[in-house]
Amino acid sequence: MSAESALAAPATVRGLLRRVERLAGRLPRRVTLMEVCGTHTHAIAAAGLRRLLPANVRLIAGPGCPVCVTPVDYVDRAEALARRPATVVATFGDLLRVPSTSGSLERARAEGVCVRVVYSPRDALRLARDDPDRTVVFLAVGFETTSPTVAAALAEAEADGVPNFLVLSGHKAMPPPLRLLAGDREAGIDGFLLPGHVAVVTGSDAFSFLAEEFHLPAAVVGFTPTDVLRGVAALVDMLGRGEPEVVNLYSRVVRPDGNAVARALVQRFFAAAACTWRGLGAISASGLALRPELARRDAAALEVELPTPCEPEGCRCGDVLRGRIDPPECPLFGSACTPAAAVGACMVSSEGSCAAFYRHERLAGVRP
Amino acid sequence: MCLAVPMRLVERRGEDGIAELDGVRREVSLALEPDARPGDHVLIHAGYAIGVVDEAEAAATLELLREMVREGDED
Amino acid sequence: MSRGGRILLAHGDGGRLTHELVRELFLPAFANPALAALSDAAILDGLPDGRVALTTDAFVVDPPVFPGGDLGYLSVCGTVNDLAVAGAVPRALTFALVLEEGLELGLLEAVVAGAARAAREAGVVIVAGDTKVVPRGKGDRAYVTTAGLGVVPAGRDLGDQHVAPGDAVLVSGAVGDHGATVMACRHGLAGEALRSDCAPLASLVGALLGSGARVHALHDPTRGGVATTCNEVAGRAGVRIMLDEAAIPVRPEVRAVCELLGLDPLYTACEGRVLAWVERSDAERALGALAAHPLGAGAACIGRVEAGVPHGAPVVLRTAYGTERPLDLLAASGLPRIC
Repeated sequence: MSAESALAAPATVRGLLRRVERLAGRLPRRVTLMEVCGTHTHAIAAAGLRRLLPANVRLIAGPGCPVCVTPVDYVDRAEALARRPATVVATFGDLLRVPSTSGSLERARAEGVCVRVVYSPRDALRLARDDPDRTVVFLAVGFETTSPTVAAALAEAEADGVPNFLVLSGHKAMPPPLRLLAGDREAGIDGFLLPGHVAVVTGSDAFSFLAEEFHLPAAVVGFTPTDVLRGVAALVDMLGRGEPEVVNLYSRVVRPDGNAVARALVQRFFAAAACTWRGLGAISASGLALRPELARRDAAALEVELPTPCEPEGCRCGDVLRGRIDPPECPLFGSACTPAAAVGACMVSSEGSCAAFYRHERLAGVRP
Repeated sequence: MCLAVPMRLVERRGEDGIAELDGVRREVSLALEPDARPGDHVLIHAGYAIGVVDEAEAAATLELLREMVREGDED
Repeated sequence: MSRGGRILLAHGDGGRLTHELVRELFLPAFANPALAALSDAAILDGLPDGRVALTTDAFVVDPPVFPGGDLGYLSVCGTVNDLAVAGAVPRALTFALVLEEGLELGLLEAVVAGAARAAREAGVVIVAGDTKVVPRGKGDRAYVTTAGLGVVPAGRDLGDQHVAPGDAVLVSGAVGDHGATVMACRHGLAGEALRSDCAPLASLVGALLGSGARVHALHDPTRGGVATTCNEVAGRAGVRIMLDEAAIPVRPEVRAVCELLGLDPLYTACEGRVLAWVERSDAERALGALAAHPLGAGAACIGRVEAGVPHGAPVVLRTAYGTERPLDLLAASGLPRIC
């Protein structure tokens, strides 16, 4: 049995749950733990883990879903770029159905605009090589896990002289929003499950500020149910003892200093910039922009006409993403905002907090 | 933002390689893990290897988990 | 006929080139008297007694040739299987093509050969056809539409109206093979063991129904996979279907493709599998009949039917950890994702 499949085995999960229950018995009060990775949200939902945790351990989803945090104007710009003559927009599947001001990339494609779904930035580069008469714009979204892959594709484009490969950067960094959330006492988050694959690149040391500056426990964890529960157990244990640390529980791929080659490649092409997180607003130095010397590869420099973006009235995604409220407390939840007709970020992605909540209520037949 | 899958690197040609999982193979780029060798398990995200699995740590993790589960049973 | 040539607009005009195509490609491949008569409509003699079943389908697949099949093989199997799960014995099909100008004749020959092979395996005849050609750029190489005719023997009455709480849900083999294989081709994944499960199922269905097990309904989980088909059945029958994750067979290479591309095997198409809703006490007998057939190796009981829950999710998955989550209809098909 491979390490990964052993880690998913039900017996191991049950054993860890018993451990969590035992440790939770020592907690002085109910605690709120937050995970900040869409893949964690998905893995937790797929195994139904949230419902297995003891009542005094609350696990919520933070702003870790790239679909959820991509602002409307990014998607508007992507659509506008796709409408330019001789332009192809290449995107990960995640972005295809995100609502923009006028529709979505999927709807734009139906109108005849050229949008291609790719699995890798390299596939987008190949499109550019194969079609030198058209400009290929790659929608570069994602956190530290993904930005190195885009940087590598840019390096290849530079080395091989492929001038028609451009990038629209929507990349974001994970530590800045964590600082925001850790400092938000109203949200009252007691500990964090940290994204294992972001940490492969950044290194686990990049998150030590959570304990050092904010005295909050955090655990870098992988993505099997066992990995997640190990993290929950470690956080509950640290909270029970009052000894917050940042621990690396994904040591099979995460090192303290991460992947220096990947980070250097990102530095070569990108610089930190302020950017807007849907629902959270602007966070300084939380995004990546192409360096000025790469202006000819920056799709943000291309002239396009953009619609006036509008924030839906009553939408409380920001408060949900910060963990301040539960989805049903938003006035739009279940009425104006449903998975079939999503208004805000948290309902757009199938793994957003609101979408996940809505879906689970349907188990019991409770009308939201 | 983290869909990455561990695969075994079976072949290496310069900065590119072939990685395999359960009989499924894909061409991957080793630009971000230039020291990866055939036989290594690499973490693949969007067609690139972003990390190498430390076999010793993987084994240690499994053993630790077995311990934990045994401890849990004794409660 | 020019080997290595391409389809021209004239092949769809009804003139010399069309007749050449019919005479040199379709007639020899599909070889049967009804077709050879080349009249405007096929007259079918010797249909057995019973209720007539009629189905239609359209087929588009990218790539048109894939491990385990091709557009032609897929089209005939898909049509035959729709008839088979309705309880009909398939007898005859029509086969119409819309071709794109410039299509390589070699690819068309492969598609026609695939259709002929499936028809032989299924014991059906292709009795009528048509060919149209659209200008280059107006069609994705080839589209196929079919109609299929079969006869339901007396005393046989399958349908979702018979599905009731207590029924066992069976599947005839591992799920997601076809969808995973096709997605793998599109996204640069390869594997010797990756193969579409595409197959004609009338004989498997015959073995199941002949076993004496009380079968209430049958479906083939094509696009949208097992989860989508169960949603459709639950909706029509007004029940809740509980599926047991640990019991659903998925081959390792299919699981690997799904993991790599961010797909879910439960929503991934099968083209050679049957889902059966069976009287609970006959589940063992039904499984035995499936497993004894070459196309039913790997058959398993994957769930059960319960009473419907108002406003509740019609299909629920019990995970390997004992928790439950709804399996709703997807907003759209699976796309490769990074998150």
